Amino acid sequence: MIRFDRVAKRYPPGIDALRDLSFEVASGELVVIEGHSGAGKSTLLKLIAAIEKPTSGAVLVGGQNVGSLKRLAIPFLRRNLGLVFQDQKLLFDRSAFENVLLPLSIAGFPPRESAQRVRAALEKVGLLEREKAMPIALSGGEQQRLAIARAVVCRPNLLLVDEPTAHLDIDTAADVGRIFSEFNQVGVTVLVATYDRNLFPTARRVRLEHGRLVP
Amino acid sequence: MITWFAQHRAALRLALRRLAAAPLNTLLSVVAIGVALALPAGGQMLLANAMQLARNASPSPQISLFLRLDADRKASSEIETRLKQHPAGLSVQFLPKEETLERMKASPGLREVIEVLPRNPFPDAFVVVPRDDRPEAMDKLAAEFRLLPRVEHVQLDSAWVRRLDVLLRLGRSGVGVLALLLGVGLIAITFNIIRLQVLTQRSEIEVSALLGATDSFIRRPFLYFGALLGLLGGSAAWLLVMVATLWLRSPLGELAQLYGLSFSLAPLNPRDSVLLFTIAGALGWLGAWLSLRQHLVEN
Repeated sequence: MIRFDRVAKRYPPGIDALRDLSFEVASGELVVIEGHSGAGKSTLLKLIAAIEKPTSGAVLVGGQNVGSLKRLAIPFLRRNLGLVFQDQKLLFDRSAFENVLLPLSIAGFPPRESAQRVRAALEKVGLLEREKAMPIALSGGEQQRLAIARAVVCRPNLLLVDEPTAHLDIDTAADVGRIFSEFNQVGVTVLVATYDRNLFPTARRVRLEHGRLVP
Repeated sequence: MITWFAQHRAALRLALRRLAAAPLNTLLSVVAIGVALALPAGGQMLLANAMQLARNASPSPQISLFLRLDADRKASSEIETRLKQHPAGLSVQFLPKEETLERMKASPGLREVIEVLPRNPFPDAFVVVPRDDRPEAMDKLAAEFRLLPRVEHVQLDSAWVRRLDVLLRLGRSGVGVLALLLGVGLIAITFNIIRLQVLTQRSEIEVSALLGATDSFIRRPFLYFGALLGLLGGSAAWLLVMVATLWLRSPLGELAQLYGLSFSLAPLNPRDSVLLFTIAGALGWLGAWLSLRQHLVEN
């Protein structure tokens, strides 16, 4: 599903975020990327979604080298991914329903089917009764779950998740973790970057230190 | 196709919502665009009226042919036939010298003078009104008539036609230059308005791009926004011109009456109105497009 082949990423003016990174993720796996803050976890996820381009090496997603994708092709790669960002990136001038609707509008789903899918996704994360709420009125955990609903509403086969439990209490964090496990159980490949060692104790772990893989 | 419609409808709705969300900003933008467009639109309105007035107030331009005094009736009818069969489609009026003599005798001052003369001093004459009354065509016809046998003198009374034509053409160029300058101004205005919109909607643009939105998806609501703003500005300009027309109508009518003309200032005609709305919408769209292109390239 995902293959990193001797990938390096250097930000100007010469800060190495990732160095000589090679690993693979099989389809249907749940993999935790762990490491200290600044170890390169977010950069790794950004390379997969073509938000950043590698300085050297190749990042392959489903056999496609995403680092060499043309600007016009990138939107179509992203439509197959579910992205949950560290800062969630919800739109605060739109309701919960409209936030989840956005990826479907972008992908061009017909309105009626879209509404059904949005409600299904909101139900999945337990927010169906809050569909009219504005994000500002939601708690931290609810905002996180809203971001997840938005990431999964297009039914991607790959979920990229950055620090999903950063600002959540233990119970809420466990809740959020359970949602990802459920997606993984129905065959979705999940990559979670987190420093939280308690999250997904049984999952395969990839450990980064100063941009390098630690065996 | 349904999806395409749905996406455009959603973009249009979003654009309307943004216009309504900041009514004061929208109003000020519309006024700015409206005033900028009202100047060339008003100029066009005045020009159209001037042309109408010129057309109504003047008899159609004509060419006069005077034959030599010794030309007999046979020669005249020969020329008359040739004029009537001319391919340019002329309306020909023959003025026989006897008739002219009678007409001149009717005016009291000339009567004595003419009776003193030994013979009729007037030649046979023709008054020709060509269908094509452009100055160039008239010139060509006059030159042709000069070559006819027994024609003494050809008089082209199109000097004033030419003067008026030049004047109106000058007016039209003036309106054109004004429209061009203010059109560029309008693009600049919408460019800036949309740039501010883009800055306030920055997070939305960023999130949409991360969720797989193409440039055209991101651009769409802003293009609608620009086009709507242009259309509203165009409507404002139309209203301004309308108000000015009604305002000026009675004083101008009175002025015209002093010169013995009946004249009523007409508002922008339908063709110019449609043109105004189309150009306003298109320029708003263009300003938005340029603004978005700059933003999308920068990021």
